[in-house]
Amino acid sequence: MQRVYFDNNATTPVLPEVFEAMRPYFGEHFGNASSIHHHGQETRAAVEHARESVAQLLGCRASEVVFTSGGTEADNLAIFGLAQPGDHVITSTIEHHAVLNGAKHLEEKGCEVTYVPVDGRGLVDPDDVRRALRPNTKLVTIMMANNETGVVQPVEEIGKVAAEADVHFHTDAVQAAGKIPIDVNQIGCDLLTISGHKLHAPQGVGTLYVRKGTRLEPMLYGGRHERSRRAGTENVPGIVGLGKAAELASVGLRRGDDTKMAAMRDRLERELLAIESSGVNGAAASSHPTRVPNTTNIYFDGIEGEALVIALDLKGLAVSTGAACSSGAIEPSHVLTAMGLRPEQARSSIRFSLGKQNTAAEVEFAIGLVPETVARLRELSPVYQRAATSR
Amino acid sequence: MFPETIAVAMSGGVDSSTVAAMLRAEGHNVIGLTMQLWNQRRLAGHEGMPESVQGRCCSLDDVYDARRVAETIGIPYYVVNHEERFEREVVRPFVEEYLSGRTPIPCSLCNNHLKFDQLLIVARQIGAEKVATGHYAQVAWSEQNSRWLLKRPADKAKDQTYFLFGLTQEQLSRTLFPLGGMTKPEVRELARKHGLVIAEKPDSQEICFVPGGDYKAFLDAYLSEQGSALPDAAGEMVTSDGRVLGEHSGVHNFTVGQRKGLGVATGSPLYVIQIKNETRQVVVGKDEQLYSRTLRARRVNLISVAKLPGPMRVAVKIRHKHQPAPAVIESEGPDQVLVTFDDPQRAISPGQAAVFYDGDVVVGGGWIESSS
Repeated sequence: MQRVYFDNNATTPVLPEVFEAMRPYFGEHFGNASSIHHHGQETRAAVEHARESVAQLLGCRASEVVFTSGGTEADNLAIFGLAQPGDHVITSTIEHHAVLNGAKHLEEKGCEVTYVPVDGRGLVDPDDVRRALRPNTKLVTIMMANNETGVVQPVEEIGKVAAEADVHFHTDAVQAAGKIPIDVNQIGCDLLTISGHKLHAPQGVGTLYVRKGTRLEPMLYGGRHERSRRAGTENVPGIVGLGKAAELASVGLRRGDDTKMAAMRDRLERELLAIESSGVNGAAASSHPTRVPNTTNIYFDGIEGEALVIALDLKGLAVSTGAACSSGAIEPSHVLTAMGLRPEQARSSIRFSLGKQNTAAEVEFAIGLVPETVARLRELSPVYQRAATSR
Repeated sequence: MFPETIAVAMSGGVDSSTVAAMLRAEGHNVIGLTMQLWNQRRLAGHEGMPESVQGRCCSLDDVYDARRVAETIGIPYYVVNHEERFEREVVRPFVEEYLSGRTPIPCSLCNNHLKFDQLLIVARQIGAEKVATGHYAQVAWSEQNSRWLLKRPADKAKDQTYFLFGLTQEQLSRTLFPLGGMTKPEVRELARKHGLVIAEKPDSQEICFVPGGDYKAFLDAYLSEQGSALPDAAGEMVTSDGRVLGEHSGVHNFTVGQRKGLGVATGSPLYVIQIKNETRQVVVGKDEQLYSRTLRARRVNLISVAKLPGPMRVAVKIRHKHQPAPAVIESEGPDQVLVTFDDPQRAISPGQAAVFYDGDVVVGGGWIESSS
C-alpha cells in the first residue's frame, strides 16, 4: 500500500544526508567528547561543529547553544532554570504541553502565572503581554509557531515588550525551526527552544539557545558538560544529526524551499476547502503574520476527527487530530478551543503537516482521498445527517 | 467465504483477542479497535478507591495487551475514545438507578449505547462492514422468521445473551460472535496456539468501572468528584403491613433479596422485599414474601419476532445468574410486556432486565419496572 506521511509536526523522517552524517558516530567515532585522547577529540570536534551549524540557523554564537534531550527538556530548562517561587511568569493559552504543564507546575511551586489569550486567528496580542506585566515578572514564554495550527506569533513585538520591561523572553521555536527564518537577535529573545526530530534530525536531541549572560539554574547536576548548563555525556550521534539537519535547513531557507513548501500546502488547503462545511483553523496563510509553510488545520463539520484519522490511515494517509502527545485524549484541543471553536468543531479538525520529503504527487494522493473519506464519514454520522435534514 | 473487512472490539482479554486471531487466520481483513471508556485513575485518591487499577478494562495494561496482540497477529489497531458518551449513557444512569433504589446493569447499557452503536458507527466509517466481539452468544439469519436471531452459545456457563437483549436487527446484521460455538477452555487453547501473550489472563467478572465490585464506594467517590454527595436517602424500615421497624441509612444501600446488613433484629430472618423510592421506605419481610408471579417490563426490544401476536410461552431470565423460568409474555402496549411465571420467582429486582427465551433463541427483553 502506498503510504503518505503528512504528520511532520509530530515528527519528521531523518533525511538520508543526516543519517549518513550520523553513521560514523555509532561506530568508528565512538569516543566520549570529554575524553583527553584522540577518540574524545574526534567526537568533541563533531559536537562543536554541530553547535556552529545550529548557531548559524539561529543567528547566535555557538557558545550560546545548549544541547538537550529534546524540546521538552529545553522548554523545562528555560522555565525552571529561571523562575523561582514568588516570580511571575507570562505565557499563552496555546503553548505546547511542554510549556503549559511546566507553567502549571510553577504555580504549584509558588509562582504566579498569567495565561494570555489568543484571538480567533490563534494570535497572541503583544499588548496583552504588556498589560500582564507585573513588578515581579521574571519570564515571558510564548511560542514562535503553534504546533496545531502553524500560526506564527508576533514574537518580535513580544520580544520588544519583554526587553522594555527588562524581563526574560523565551520562545518555543520547535515548529518554526527549518520552516521559517529564525534570528534570535531580531526576535530579541534570551532563550529559544528547537527540537531535532521536527527538522529531520533524530528524536532525542534538541537545543536551548541561551543568550550570553543569562543565568540559568541547571536541572541536571553532574559533570561540567555544556558549560555546566546541562550535565550528562553528550548524545553525539544525535547532536551530529541535529547539526547536519540545521545546516540543510539553513541552505534550504536560503534556496527558497519554504516558498515551494507553501505552494504545496496551499494547493492541498485549497482543494480540501472545496469540501462542503469545512474551513481553516487559524490565520489565513497569506495574511501577515502568517503561518509556517507546511501546516494546515481544517475542520470538517459533523465528523469525529479521530475516526477520520483512522479511516485515512487505513487508506495510507497519516495525519493527526492535533498534538501527538494528546492522542487518545478526551479533551478537545486546548489550542482550538482557546481560539473560540466549539468542542465538537475542535473535535472535527484535522492537521495536515508536510515535510521536506513530501512530493507534489503525494499532495494529489491526499486530494484524491480526503473528500471521499469525509463523505463516507458524514454519510454514517448521525450528527451530520440530523444537521443536513434540518437545513 | 470471501474475505470481509471486520472491526474487532478488543478489550485486551482472552476472548476478544482470540476473536481477532481467528478472523485474521480465516483471511479476513481485520481492524482492532479498543474503546477507551473510563479513566481508571480518575477517582484515585477518593476514599475507598484504589490508587491505580490494574488488569481492568480501559486500564493502560489492557490497552497495552490489546496492542501487543494486534502486533502479534499483524493487524492495524486503534484506540477510540468514548469516555464522554460512556459517562453520559452508562455511568450516570448507573448512579441514578442506584440512588433511586434500583439495581442497574450497566453492561447492557454499554452494549446498547457504545459497543453496538458508537463502535459500529466508527467501524463502518473506517471501512468495516461488521463488528466482531468476544461475547459468548450466537447470531444467525432465520429464513423462517425473516429476522436476525440472537441465540445462546454452546458454552451455557458463559452465556452473555442476557446483556445483549437490546440489539436491533440492524445491529445484529452487522455483528459477529465468533466464540458462540466454543467453550472457554477451547478459546484459551486457541489463544495459546496463536501465541497470544494474554492466553492465561484471568477472566474479568466485575463491572469494569467499579473497582473491587464495591459500588457504594464508587457512588461516594463519583458523587464527591462531581462536587455533590450522596443525597439524604435515609428513611424507614417497614414491614409489608406498614409497621415501622426502624431507620435505614439510604435506599441505595439495599437491593431486593438482600438479607445481611439490614440493621434490624427480629426472630426470623428478614429480607428486603421492596424499595419504595418515593417514600424512601425499605420494605422487609419473610423469604416467602420475596416471591412474585408477574412482572412488568418496559423499553422492550423484540428480536426473533417483530411483535407479539398474543400470549407467548417462553422462559424468562430475571438476572444474569438466574435459571430461565417458564412464563407467558404478552404485550401491554408499545414496548411494554407483562410476564406471568408458572411458578412465583424470588427477588425480582426493578432495574434489572427480563430476557425472554424460546429454547436457545432470544425472543427479546426489557427492563423490569415492577413485580407483583
